[in-house]
Amino acid sequence: MRVSGRTEAGNPVLRLTGITKQFGALKANDGISLSLGRGEVVALLGENGAGKTTLMNILFGHYVADAGRVEAFGEALPPGDPRAALSAGIGMVHQHFTLAGQMSVLDNIALGTQPLFSLRFDRSGAKAKILKLAGDFGLDVDPDALVQSLSVGERQRVEILKALYRDARILILDEPTAVLTPQETDALFATLKKLVDEGLSVIFISHKLHEVMAVADRVVVLRAGRMAGEVAVADTDRHQLATMMVGQEIAPPDIAPAVPGPALLSLRGVHAAGQGGGPALHGIDLDLRGGEITGLAGVSGNGQAALAALIAGTASPSAGQIVIKDATVTRWSPREALAHGIGRIPEDRHATGMIDDMSVAENVISETYRSARFSRHGFLDWGAARAFAEAIIAAYDVKCPSPDARVRLLSGGNMQKLILGRALDGAPSVILANQPTRGLDVGAVSYVHARLLDARARGAAILLISEDLDEVLALSDRVVVMSKGRLSSPSARGERSLAEIGQLMAGHGFEGTAHAA
Amino acid sequence: MRLEPRPRPTVLHTLGYPAGAIAVTVVFASMLVLIAGANPFSVFWLVIKGAAGSQFAFMETLTRATPLIFTGLAVAVAFRARLWNIGAEAQLYIGAVMTVVLGTGAVALPAVALIPLIMVAAMLAGALLLLGPAVLKIRFGVDEVVTTLLLNFIVLLFVSMLLEGVLKDPTGLGWPQTKKVIDAAELPRLVKGRRLHWGFVLAIASAVVTWVIMKKTALGYEMRAVGHNPEAARFAGIPVNRVLMKTALLSGGLAALAGFSEVAGLKGNLTLDLSPGFGYTGIVVAMLAMLNPLGVVLSAVFVAGIFVGADAMSRSAGVPSYIAQVMVAAALLTMVAAIMLSRFRIRWR
Repeated sequence: MRVSGRTEAGNPVLRLTGITKQFGALKANDGISLSLGRGEVVALLGENGAGKTTLMNILFGHYVADAGRVEAFGEALPPGDPRAALSAGIGMVHQHFTLAGQMSVLDNIALGTQPLFSLRFDRSGAKAKILKLAGDFGLDVDPDALVQSLSVGERQRVEILKALYRDARILILDEPTAVLTPQETDALFATLKKLVDEGLSVIFISHKLHEVMAVADRVVVLRAGRMAGEVAVADTDRHQLATMMVGQEIAPPDIAPAVPGPALLSLRGVHAAGQGGGPALHGIDLDLRGGEITGLAGVSGNGQAALAALIAGTASPSAGQIVIKDATVTRWSPREALAHGIGRIPEDRHATGMIDDMSVAENVISETYRSARFSRHGFLDWGAARAFAEAIIAAYDVKCPSPDARVRLLSGGNMQKLILGRALDGAPSVILANQPTRGLDVGAVSYVHARLLDARARGAAILLISEDLDEVLALSDRVVVMSKGRLSSPSARGERSLAEIGQLMAGHGFEGTAHAA
Repeated sequence: MRLEPRPRPTVLHTLGYPAGAIAVTVVFASMLVLIAGANPFSVFWLVIKGAAGSQFAFMETLTRATPLIFTGLAVAVAFRARLWNIGAEAQLYIGAVMTVVLGTGAVALPAVALIPLIMVAAMLAGALLLLGPAVLKIRFGVDEVVTTLLLNFIVLLFVSMLLEGVLKDPTGLGWPQTKKVIDAAELPRLVKGRRLHWGFVLAIASAVVTWVIMKKTALGYEMRAVGHNPEAARFAGIPVNRVLMKTALLSGGLAALAGFSEVAGLKGNLTLDLSPGFGYTGIVVAMLAMLNPLGVVLSAVFVAGIFVGADAMSRSAGVPSYIAQVMVAAALLTMVAAIMLSRFRIRWR
């Protein structure tokens, strides 16, 4: 591995030296140094929990580092002062946007730049500045539009404009592509090119290798709080970056060809109310066939939550039918779904998957406590519950002190293993895997994937819903795309190109399929 | 300032903070006693003596604890499922009304049949009274704190109406009170010449049964799950609304037993001052017990002891017995703070 020399002339605009930050026993950052030159894009690459967010929080003064210093444009930033970084010309675009939906783009951008007690607000001047910035950098957006009417990609442009309007010279983008379609991602990258051509500098935080390769000049790889390496993109490849990021060779899951069986669960022309602010479902047709993983691609918030609720049993169709093993379902609830052999991995471990303040044993029986296995005449058999918890702990390699430990004490990966153990117990014929690997480290991700593939091999029908398009494409035998509550026709592995899937994710090409159904 | 959950509360946290809470309460009450011009040590000694200094005093304390055990259990059960039943007072009075309706001669049965019949009727009435707010909460999202609290006043006015009307004792010299219950409806005294009655045994039995329900049965499991995280409970297939309704029935029934036990075991008839706020004090009792049904027995005896002891003390030391209410209230506030501190730590930033 070759550490690149400086690719730019002159002093770096931003320099972090020896940053160390400890939380209890965990070293979140351990002697991390990073410099950013003028007109340079540096990618900060690392898995969840590698220390990227901690580093950025130190840069922005939200945390005070235990050791190390931060310099911007040659001057040290005082630690623990969030305004110092902003006034030094550093702007951040968060993964979750911080915009007021009821206000116009112009007001959102100007918000906070005006003196509190000033009566006059030079709207036309502000508008002219925004339009000029938008024109210069290809950030096409209408300043008078209400933010709530904008798409996710447009909102991100507003966030970038907000930073530029405050004369940011250094832009930090935190996982900017997580919410974008492939086309929107390309547009973002074009904008980044223009920004660096104008002499701005960018830190691009990501865990997606191909994006890092496409957009960055230099890559700093973090692993478990330490610097795992620093390379120029020209001198490396995806494979080497992956190895640096993970610390070991990871083999892509070895997937045998699917042997599809009959449809085990079908949705026929289903309409249903939206969930969690997402759109309602319009005429969904979907067959989940045994021995096959059906992947659901789509920008998050396009009806995936409503579809997941439908299959989990927490929501019922307002029109259309759920057909399980050739019989139309008439009554539908979580209990009915479980009785029909549906294993459910919910999207949010803490909110719906587990009851944090109850014990491991209490949590693993939550779907089956009424069965003869765990209860008799209304009394629960806690011995059997503990034994079941012990069995899951052993079979799924859960790190936990005992079945009586509160689930709150477990890490995300171990919690997910418990959920897997609970959902896959009794060999369900249909499995809903909703964001099954979100926030997990690499080892846990490949473990979850392996278990899902095991279930596929024994003939289960699996619906995989994930924000991570790479994950969907890697695991799925068939892919369907969801946009604005509609579902595309399925395509076999490799049948649609990435561009076609991106078009569907952006909502194009649905008119035909809606009627064909 | 912000709160961070403690990963593992230690013994120091779970026992030390409550002990500290009691210490703070005592210091605070001592200051009030000093202001009243008395010596705190002698006042507290008188309180302790008045509550437990003799067989008679201790039996008085247990007598006073009896309704508090019932209302404390009612609150503990409901709060465990996050059903905020502030209406134990109303449920108590409805239970008392059923006791005098059936127990003053309208039904002529031997005691072995009449007492269970009255108990069941009282529990049903209390259960149904809380079912209304529970259904409103489930159906329309109406805050049960408001509905159950306001029901207390409605029921008290309703009882007042009955006492001036259909239930008024014609031989009562015009006082707003009912007839005495007949002998077959009376709960016998436990010890001759003392006021402690079988209602206390019933209260202990109720605490044990409630503990078994909470710890050992599917219903108790469901109630705890719904209380901790209703969304996760619903996802797992636990019928959250049905569980809330069952909780309401159980809680209302337990509170109604307090009214039954006070009328059938102690007072003999129903008057408007049957309960000096037992329903509200039940909240304190349940919180001090950290919602544990067996703990409710201990905390009810503790709270009752303060009240009984303070009464005795005020007669001899001249410090108003209101000090008891101040102490109980201070104990509740410090205990709530202690419970929070045992589960969270405060970070100043």
